[in-house]
Amino acid sequence: MADPRLVNLTVNGRMVAVSVEPRRSLADCLRHDLRLTGTHIGCEHGICGACTVLVDGAAVRACLMLAVQVEGRAIATVEGLAGAAALGPLQESFRRHHALQCGFCTPGILMSAHALLSAEPKADRARVIEVLSGHLCRCTGYLPIVEAILDAREAYLCGAAEPAGKGK
Amino acid sequence: MTKANTYVGSSMPRVEDQRLLTGKGEFIDDVQLPGMLNAAVFRSSMAHAIVRRIDTSEARALPGVVAVLSAADLPRPIPRIPIRIAPIEGAERFLQPVIAEGCVRYVGEPLAIVLAESQELAEDALDRIEVDFEPLDPVSGIGDARRNATLLHPEAGTNLVADYQVTRGDPAMADDAALYRRTESFRIQRHTAVPMETRGLVAQWDAGQGRLTVRGAAKVPFFIRNHLARMLGLAQEMVELIELDVGGGFGVRGEFYPEDFLVPFASRAVGRPVKWIEDRREHFMATAHSREMECSLEIACTSEGRIIALRGEIAADLGAYVSPTGPIVPSRAAQFLAGPYHVPVLDLHVVAALSSRTPVGSYRGPGRFEAAFFRERLMDMAARDLGIAPDEFRRMNLIAASDLPYSIGQLVPYEGPASYDTGDYRAVFDRCLEDFGWAERRKLDGREVAGRLHGLGLACVIDSSGAGPGEHACLYLQQDGNVRVHVGSSALGQGIETTFTQIVADELGLHPERIRICHGSTSLLDEGHGSFHSRSLIMGGNAIVVAARALRDAIRNAAAARFGCTGDEIRLQDGRACKAEGQSTAFADLAPLEGRGSFGGAEKPFGYGTHVAHVAVDVGTGHVEIVDYLAVEDAGRIVNPAIVRGQKIGAIVQGLGGALLEHLVYDDEAQLRTASLADYMLPTAADFPQLDAVTLALAPTPRNPLGVKGAGEDAIAGPGAAVANAVAAALSRYGVEPKELPLDPPRIWALLAAAAARACR
Repeated sequence: MADPRLVNLTVNGRMVAVSVEPRRSLADCLRHDLRLTGTHIGCEHGICGACTVLVDGAAVRACLMLAVQVEGRAIATVEGLAGAAALGPLQESFRRHHALQCGFCTPGILMSAHALLSAEPKADRARVIEVLSGHLCRCTGYLPIVEAILDAREAYLCGAAEPAGKGK
Repeated sequence: MTKANTYVGSSMPRVEDQRLLTGKGEFIDDVQLPGMLNAAVFRSSMAHAIVRRIDTSEARALPGVVAVLSAADLPRPIPRIPIRIAPIEGAERFLQPVIAEGCVRYVGEPLAIVLAESQELAEDALDRIEVDFEPLDPVSGIGDARRNATLLHPEAGTNLVADYQVTRGDPAMADDAALYRRTESFRIQRHTAVPMETRGLVAQWDAGQGRLTVRGAAKVPFFIRNHLARMLGLAQEMVELIELDVGGGFGVRGEFYPEDFLVPFASRAVGRPVKWIEDRREHFMATAHSREMECSLEIACTSEGRIIALRGEIAADLGAYVSPTGPIVPSRAAQFLAGPYHVPVLDLHVVAALSSRTPVGSYRGPGRFEAAFFRERLMDMAARDLGIAPDEFRRMNLIAASDLPYSIGQLVPYEGPASYDTGDYRAVFDRCLEDFGWAERRKLDGREVAGRLHGLGLACVIDSSGAGPGEHACLYLQQDGNVRVHVGSSALGQGIETTFTQIVADELGLHPERIRICHGSTSLLDEGHGSFHSRSLIMGGNAIVVAARALRDAIRNAAAARFGCTGDEIRLQDGRACKAEGQSTAFADLAPLEGRGSFGGAEKPFGYGTHVAHVAVDVGTGHVEIVDYLAVEDAGRIVNPAIVRGQKIGAIVQGLGGALLEHLVYDDEAQLRTASLADYMLPTAADFPQLDAVTLALAPTPRNPLGVKGAGEDAIAGPGAAVANAVAAALSRYGVEPKELPLDPPRIWALLAAAAARACR
């Protein structure tokens, strides 16, 4: 066990300092040190995508990044996605399309889809499927998720999807 | 506001979604208790070995390590994991001890549990445990197991758990020399559920109260509670199992595993809360596997194509121990081998044998996926031999609506005779083919388009649902006018909080926001039987109907007393009890009231349907693309169409994974070679983007008040069969007949190479 390091970062728009062992993953740090348990861990080897968060706006597997690597950077997690609303437009679309069942993989998928639509609000079906294929979901068969993401594009096109602390 | 009594049948958004979409769900690893330790399980690296010595001294010496418990630290006799369903005589000889003692029988079997101040430290300590193994020959697979040369449980004298015959009809009928007959051998690979959340538990021993709380239950919390209490010498009411949000179950999650004893035991031993979270590598070796099975099957038909008999043998690998679901996988495969067809003679030998692999348990549609593959493949071969189109062959043999209910006889040793209930199998079949454009598309069969060979394949399936003991519900009308529902069903992501809410809303004329479904604890009810075999809606839903009607009557009677009329004159609407001439009172003014109800004991309903696959096979790469896929099924009655559609599509994609991708591979030393998500291929969004599922409410079952049939499982039964038939059709010019899954590129190459070798002879 190595000595803990102090890491300063912004999470969902809020500045925090956290003391972590150098081997602590960003996912474990968010979940267990900062108690942001919406980010889930499904495999710890970068395959399933459940732990996806945004680091400076880019979708990242939080299980493959160390907490000490995010010094000075801005993290966005599912907890910040709705902003002040009950649900953000992407979340609302997931609810409308029944795009989740057990909901375990959902936060990671929401973050990837949010990053995609923030950068490419006109992403077509093929592009949505390409990005979504970086995630594993065992319940839905993915089809309702694709529909939900496509249906949320309009909100991103007209700028209605600007949650607090989106990670920029 | 939605009109009264219209929630059932509507795609109401799920009540679960708000918390799950905002990261506010509570899954087991989200639980954090003061003073909590983390546990890590030390597992066998050997498939079969004598354990000479376990040295945990170095691990114990590591700072931050609180305890390391192995067999020596457990009470004698070491508890064994009980069978929950599918009991079969003699199976008790093969039950798994909660920790290995003296011998290990599969890679991943628990040998010790480490408790430390952090997860990292617990895992560090695992590396410092030393075990002196004396290797034994592994039993690697069904063939090895049946030879009994190496015995996994020498005291039992055999590796065979089950060895029985099921029959129906007059065998002499099948011996008619004039009949067409063909015999083939098939094989389904070992694969399993792989829910996205691995297993996990948090146990909390309260020494002052002598009370144990275990969070992380799923599927069958009461069963686990009852046996855990027995093993720990505690009264049942002093053990509470709590179910949190569950990241998928599909049959494997929530059964009694060694950790279900070890983690609570450890918490009591050290007097602190203990959390154990399975990691993904552990999951692949420690959570139940399924499906692995061989089948040798003979079909006998008239020259016109009427099936007379199916005869043969099913042999399944159950892994190293008999799991809580017993030999359910092969026994259900035998029961469902004839599917939705009229098969006068059945004669099946069923064998279940033990090998040096992870124990096998129930995985969504146990035996149904396998049976459909064996039967539908053989039917296509027979139809081709007889010069009959595959759709015509099926239409001719499907059980006619006029023959329902249809007795299937006693086809499992641990249950009485059964019968199919309601439906119109041919109508659903025709609907599926018509919606798919079968007649037009079929012109592509075996044709090459843009360098790939196209083919179509069919499969008809049937599935029972709602097994096991009855379920119980209690509805409480609270003083705030809300209704709280306690039910023994379990949530595994299937949306029961929503469907149950819809049922109560309609029965009571109450807005869904005033209804809360509580299912998460063994303390809510005296008894509950959980969720398996598509039973939540059938058992839990109907128990809620009965309880809601009791509460409705109680509300009416209370209102009638107030208004000086009879209960019949009271109507319930929008949370008010109304008398005809405009007098009404809010439910809240009548509270507290309650209604109790149970449902169970009736015969099971049977859902059914037809699946059709259109594939394109790249002969160069061996890749099979699903060009299109459609399932049309009958669920009797539908509470929430969007939930049902979601379950069906999810099940189909899971089944396509089993057909084309998923494989738990063992080497000759019985070492698992696919213990990560990089090696075990799950379907991704890019794999099967084109498919659909249509669910009809064609024939409600008379076997429960709601008229519902199970909807969560049966759609997984079709894909293996339909896809394999489609691949055979695509590759018909080579005479390729897939008899084994998954149809991954190496297998397609092997099939083509074998066909080429045949052509050269």
